[in-house]
Amino acid sequence: MALVTLKPNTTPELYFECYNISPDTFAGKTLMEIADLDLHEGKIKAKLGDFFEITGSPGKTAEETNIRIIGDCSRMKYIGNKMTAGTITVEGDADMYVGGWMKGGKIHVIGNVDSFCGIAMEGGEIVVDGDAQNHVGSAYRGDWRGMRGGTIRIRGNAGNDIGTFMLGGTIIIEKDAFIHVSTHAEGGTVIIKGDVQGRVGGQMVKGDIYVLGKVQYMLPGFKKTASVEKEIDGLNATFTHYIGDLGERHPKSKGQQIYGNLYVLES
Amino acid sequence: MAEILIKNGFVIDPTRNINGDVTDIAIKDNRIVEEVGSNAKVIDARGKVVMAGGVDIHSHVAGPKVNVGRLMRPEDKLFKSPHGQDKYRMESGFSIPSTFKTGYDYARMGYAFVMEAAMPPLHAPHVHEEIHDTPIIDQAALPVFANNWFVFEYLKNGEIDNAAAYISWILSATKGYGVKVVNPGGTAAWAWGLNCNTLYDPVPYFDITPAEIITGLIETNEYLGLPHSVHMHQNGLGTPGNYEITLESLKLAEGYKAKNTFGRDTVMHSTHIQFHSYGGDSWGNFESKAREVMDYVNKQKSISIDLGCVTLDETTTMTADGPFEHHIQNLNHLKWANTDIELETAGGVVPYVYDKNIKVCGIQWAIGLEMGLYAEDKMRTFITTDHPNAGPFIRYPRIIKWLMSKKAREEVLASFKYSDKVIDATNIHSINTELSLYEIAQMTRAGPAKALGLSHMYGGLAAGMDANVGIFDLDYTNMPADPEEIERAFTRANWFIKSGEIVVKDGDVISHGNKRTLWVNARVKENPQVIRDIHDKFLKDYTVGSDTYHVRDYLVPNPLVIDIDVEA
Ligand SMILES: [Zn+2]
Repeated sequence: MALVTLKPNTTPELYFECYNISPDTFAGKTLMEIADLDLHEGKIKAKLGDFFEITGSPGKTAEETNIRIIGDCSRMKYIGNKMTAGTITVEGDADMYVGGWMKGGKIHVIGNVDSFCGIAMEGGEIVVDGDAQNHVGSAYRGDWRGMRGGTIRIRGNAGNDIGTFMLGGTIIIEKDAFIHVSTHAEGGTVIIKGDVQGRVGGQMVKGDIYVLGKVQYMLPGFKKTASVEKEIDGLNATFTHYIGDLGERHPKSKGQQIYGNLYVLES
Repeated sequence: MAEILIKNGFVIDPTRNINGDVTDIAIKDNRIVEEVGSNAKVIDARGKVVMAGGVDIHSHVAGPKVNVGRLMRPEDKLFKSPHGQDKYRMESGFSIPSTFKTGYDYARMGYAFVMEAAMPPLHAPHVHEEIHDTPIIDQAALPVFANNWFVFEYLKNGEIDNAAAYISWILSATKGYGVKVVNPGGTAAWAWGLNCNTLYDPVPYFDITPAEIITGLIETNEYLGLPHSVHMHQNGLGTPGNYEITLESLKLAEGYKAKNTFGRDTVMHSTHIQFHSYGGDSWGNFESKAREVMDYVNKQKSISIDLGCVTLDETTTMTADGPFEHHIQNLNHLKWANTDIELETAGGVVPYVYDKNIKVCGIQWAIGLEMGLYAEDKMRTFITTDHPNAGPFIRYPRIIKWLMSKKAREEVLASFKYSDKVIDATNIHSINTELSLYEIAQMTRAGPAKALGLSHMYGGLAAGMDANVGIFDLDYTNMPADPEEIERAFTRANWFIKSGEIVVKDGDVISHGNKRTLWVNARVKENPQVIRDIHDKFLKDYTVGSDTYHVRDYLVPNPLVIDIDVEA
């Protein structure tokens, strides 16, 4: 197995923009060439080799390349930016934008991640063993093109604005989430296994949200329809089904109006 | 600043009919001179093209609508903002760049002067603050007049002298440059939820028609003898079949003669004419009417135009044509900002994606270029993108490439999803014309400078003119086979000298230059009625007083005032 191991030798005062840590950029390079890849600390341009001990060897293609980062990356942004294949394992915490604009491959963070994890993702898989901050699987700020595909699994808690402008793919939060889930969504699935504070599905027109815990405050734009049986992430249960957000204009498919769906576990 | 000698370049200067002659250009302080001493700094331009600094006649780069665009589109900065650099300010944004990126990008392309094309008079202080914040380039701004209550009332009554006194007051109060017309009457009608869809739709309440507003403003402009003609964004922008109202609007200029001391021959500048040259009656049968419009423009010598070329980018539309922005938002359902500006105008901002996979976008792309290729008089036809409406100004080099190379145009055509349909609805595929560097210099330098009444300062390299000189990596005698080289050369000048100071070297900005703001002070005989009208309307209808309305001098620290004494 072609594996490149990175060990950070410092924690930056500001933060590093590690947009080059990706199987796509490492593939087919020598260790010297990898060490020579750019990285930014604010406006100061530096090299990966300045701050990481780099060992191992990459594969010929991104698909054959695996990256293991051992150490604290809590001030290292953009790990796995736009990656299309291969794997990255972070043994520690990671900063913002882990797996942002990712198209394929797998990222596993054995620790916590900061905000914007899996932002505008198109495919592939991200697993975070710890907690995530805000904007998991969201669109970039201001953008109307959100997550299109792939899967993000956060085993801990997540902050606000999960799946904003989502168009496809799946986000699973195994513990609690704060506010704003699938805002403006036009597709995709968000599963919150714990509780969520509220503002769930605001302005959504399509897509599914499952809450296995409590929704503290329901938005008024959601209407209860019926009780339904569903199998979600391996769990078979009865949910109360709501449609919404009724304040939005909803598209039609085969003459039928489509709505966003919110399923809340019945206790 | 001292003496510079640019040696052995291929000089292209349409103002003196110089086309590729190998000759030297001498600079002393901020002027071009006949000769310099032996201690002058020598720049070797051997094998390179030397042109005057570029002149952009129409671009939206400063003021409230630009800033609203920046605020509402953080995504415009994503992956399109270079990292900070030593000594120079952070640059951010793509279609709505920060003020610093605006100045730097224009300088890298060798542009010396840029006209902010629509200044809401009430927000003139903000416009000037941003202009002041934009380094290197000289700038001016055109206040908008064609939806203004004073103008409506004076023109309705045929009071050209009063309209002139009011416009003179606004130019001085806002430090403005000339008379901008945006959707005459239509923007005011929008306050009633209406628009002016023909030249004879009366504006609600004021009962004046677009035709009366346009001819009245042409008369007023020539009465004042301003350096620039009326600068017009016609009614019906962006709608299928609008070429008819465009031709009707252009014909309104017939019978008027330019009256000024600035060497301007035209009485109407029709801006971003690509948006106004559409056939068909729906997006389904949408087609090019470039030929029909250009046939008229070619023979009507008192009109100048700029192209407003679509560049096939994701961009941001912004205009004082409030109803049009509402219409765009209904088409693409993206973000929309809309505002009413008291007695003067309105404005709107909506992002827009010109997508190669959409037939209409391909046709729009073709129309802009067709108009440039059909133009017989390049001294009246200027390259613009109506930045950022049809695309960002940093694409000018790409438009130059398309105009200069059939091969480059065919490559784009072939990349469209609906190439055949675009070819059917346009003429671009059958046009073999390829423009020369001389024609490009007319369309980006000599022509716009003349239409703005600034040909004594900009657009040429004669002794006495401002020392704005660009040096580009193109061999005039052996132009590159690969059209990409043309785009590359014009994107980053080898050298750019602005007002005698080297501001760009090898495509990189090396100085913040010495920018100036131009404005026109057209003094008329004191007009007590207009003074009273201004006082009354500010008291009654404005949210501010007429005494706090003026742009203070400190906001325009480097002014270049063009004084006119208007004879009654
Ligand atoms: Zn414009």
